[in-house]
Amino acid sequence: MSQRTLYNKVWASHKVATLPTGQDQVFIGLHLVHEVTSPQAFSMLREKGSKVRYPNRTFATMDHIVPTANQIRPFSDQQAELMAQTLAANTNEFGIKFFDLATAKQGIVHIIGPELGLTQPGMTIACGDSHTSTHGAFGSLAFGIGTTEVRDVLETQTLSLSSLKVRLINVTGELRPGVYAKDIVLKIIQVLGVKGGIGYAYEYGGETIRRMSMDERMTICNMSIEGGARIGYINPDQTTYDYIKGREFAPPADKFDTAVDYWNSIASDSDAEYDDIVHIDASSLSPVITWGITPGQSVGIEDKIPTPDSVLAEDRKSIEEACAHMKFTPGQDIRGIPINVAFVGSCTNGRISDLREAAKILQGRQVASTVQTIVVPGSQQVKAQAEAEGLDKIFEAAGAEWRGAGCSMCLAMNPDKLVGDQISASSSNRNFIGRQGSATGRTLLMSPAMVAAAAIEGCVTDVRDYIRS
Amino acid sequence: MESLKRVHITGTAVPIPGDDIDTDRIIPARFLKEITFERMGEFLFYDVRFDASDNIIEDYPLNLPEYQNPTFLIVGQNFGCGSSREHAPQAIMRFGIQAVIGESFAEIFAGNCKAIGVPVVTASAEDIATLSDYVAKNPDQPLDLNLESRTVSAGDKVIQVNIADERLSAFISGTWDASALLKANLDQIKQVGERLPYVQNFA
Repeated sequence: MSQRTLYNKVWASHKVATLPTGQDQVFIGLHLVHEVTSPQAFSMLREKGSKVRYPNRTFATMDHIVPTANQIRPFSDQQAELMAQTLAANTNEFGIKFFDLATAKQGIVHIIGPELGLTQPGMTIACGDSHTSTHGAFGSLAFGIGTTEVRDVLETQTLSLSSLKVRLINVTGELRPGVYAKDIVLKIIQVLGVKGGIGYAYEYGGETIRRMSMDERMTICNMSIEGGARIGYINPDQTTYDYIKGREFAPPADKFDTAVDYWNSIASDSDAEYDDIVHIDASSLSPVITWGITPGQSVGIEDKIPTPDSVLAEDRKSIEEACAHMKFTPGQDIRGIPINVAFVGSCTNGRISDLREAAKILQGRQVASTVQTIVVPGSQQVKAQAEAEGLDKIFEAAGAEWRGAGCSMCLAMNPDKLVGDQISASSSNRNFIGRQGSATGRTLLMSPAMVAAAAIEGCVTDVRDYIRS
Repeated sequence: MESLKRVHITGTAVPIPGDDIDTDRIIPARFLKEITFERMGEFLFYDVRFDASDNIIEDYPLNLPEYQNPTFLIVGQNFGCGSSREHAPQAIMRFGIQAVIGESFAEIFAGNCKAIGVPVVTASAEDIATLSDYVAKNPDQPLDLNLESRTVSAGDKVIQVNIADERLSAFISGTWDASALLKANLDQIKQVGERLPYVQNFA
């Protein structure tokens, strides 16, 4: 049993009761809602004649179904338009603040929470989306939940949860140029496996994590769920506090020191005990890229797609299945694989720093004529910031499409989709079969800078060649 | 409460081969654009049950004549990984499945199944292979899941299954929908809110 970790402290302070089933009832400090997983929850409330218990602790936006090329209402997709209208009506009826397109603060729910200062250390956070783990970057316990649980949070501000074990993932060493937070988290998933985190909360620590910006920390925590861990978190520090200060929903200036004292108090103690500890050396990492159909099937850019005889017997079948879907040959170089689509965006890598990294690579260069390149800011505020810095001009001059904010091609609930067996170089989080909208489509996950380099060459390449030159 | 209790479940099963079957595979995202769960059963495993022209893929297990109207799914490791969409367990339940037996399950998926009254239980790889083998040879023979004894009977074979104590308790007592349990503690909820500094705006 872990002790004196942030996980233990925050869980204990939010525990309401032990339920008759043995699960804990846990208070949820911040609830985020989007259009896809909430309509049925609001319907259930309405059927029961219930109200939202703490309407000022729930915030809504829309992201999954929002088209990125043309955001004028009504949306041309009638189902998407109905979802948007339903969310507007539900939030209006139940008294919940809704960051609609017209507010200039709309965006991917996991990007706007931190951006608005809603996400803070020491909170419990829930959202009907598995990438809620992103918010753990601030030292919160952030749970992805289903729709029935969304109803429970709306109705009681609590959830029935089983407690987790805690694994410390200690990352040390200086990243080499061209290697990013995305590469670290892909490496962690490669090492621990896509189911290695089941039953665990992941605490990311070590000097490499401590040196990271909040944007980088969010990329790491975002993909905890891809490693099977429902939540991932990083202890808050000065970097966290500097990020939060002054944001719209941050504690006001006269309360900020009080807040910081509280936030410091909930961090894991130096003598905290963990259920498991894993060490990752970041200094030897090369850019990491997935070649298969799970986020754990990845290799370094200099490496080859594994052969069935090079892995454990239990992994052979999944390699064969992945190679069959991807139409790759075991032993083939990952470098040089041609791509059709390049996608920079998503809750994993759709923040301003991600766009800056992609722009550095694309500046003064042209994307290959064979590649459709789309750059999708994670929020309207990210879009405005990028345009203020002139990044949109760099992307457009390079031949990329500059879009409006949304989830875009990460999950195929909007017009941005792969066609047929197209291959995408994608800065998103999932390479599952069919994930990007075509049952035969193929996804290669990598960092935004690697996506930009692949867009230029028309094939998978090593972004470090662009950084050196 | 009687009808909410999940103690004994009996019926035929269908093995779904493969590990890491994610919720996008269980229900592709394009079907999530409906604002109710009503039609989700129709879309279960859509892109492996049907081809790009919506024709039935005849050799997919759920389409085989011997596996019609199953009560159980038998699955591999890390079933239900990926997205938290409750549409996935809703599709399974609305297809008529009452319980899922597998090597392991993703955490959010298992929680969503519990919340809608569908037990998911785990067994060793060896036992899952035994069970799949039995079902392949005897597709018309019912399995019997007994949650109280944590066993699945298949003909004369009996295998042990695992389920967390608190989930077991919720199914057996019929309180898998936590709503009533949570609402019983409204006073305590208020008290916790009052002692959390951020809920009180650090006053």
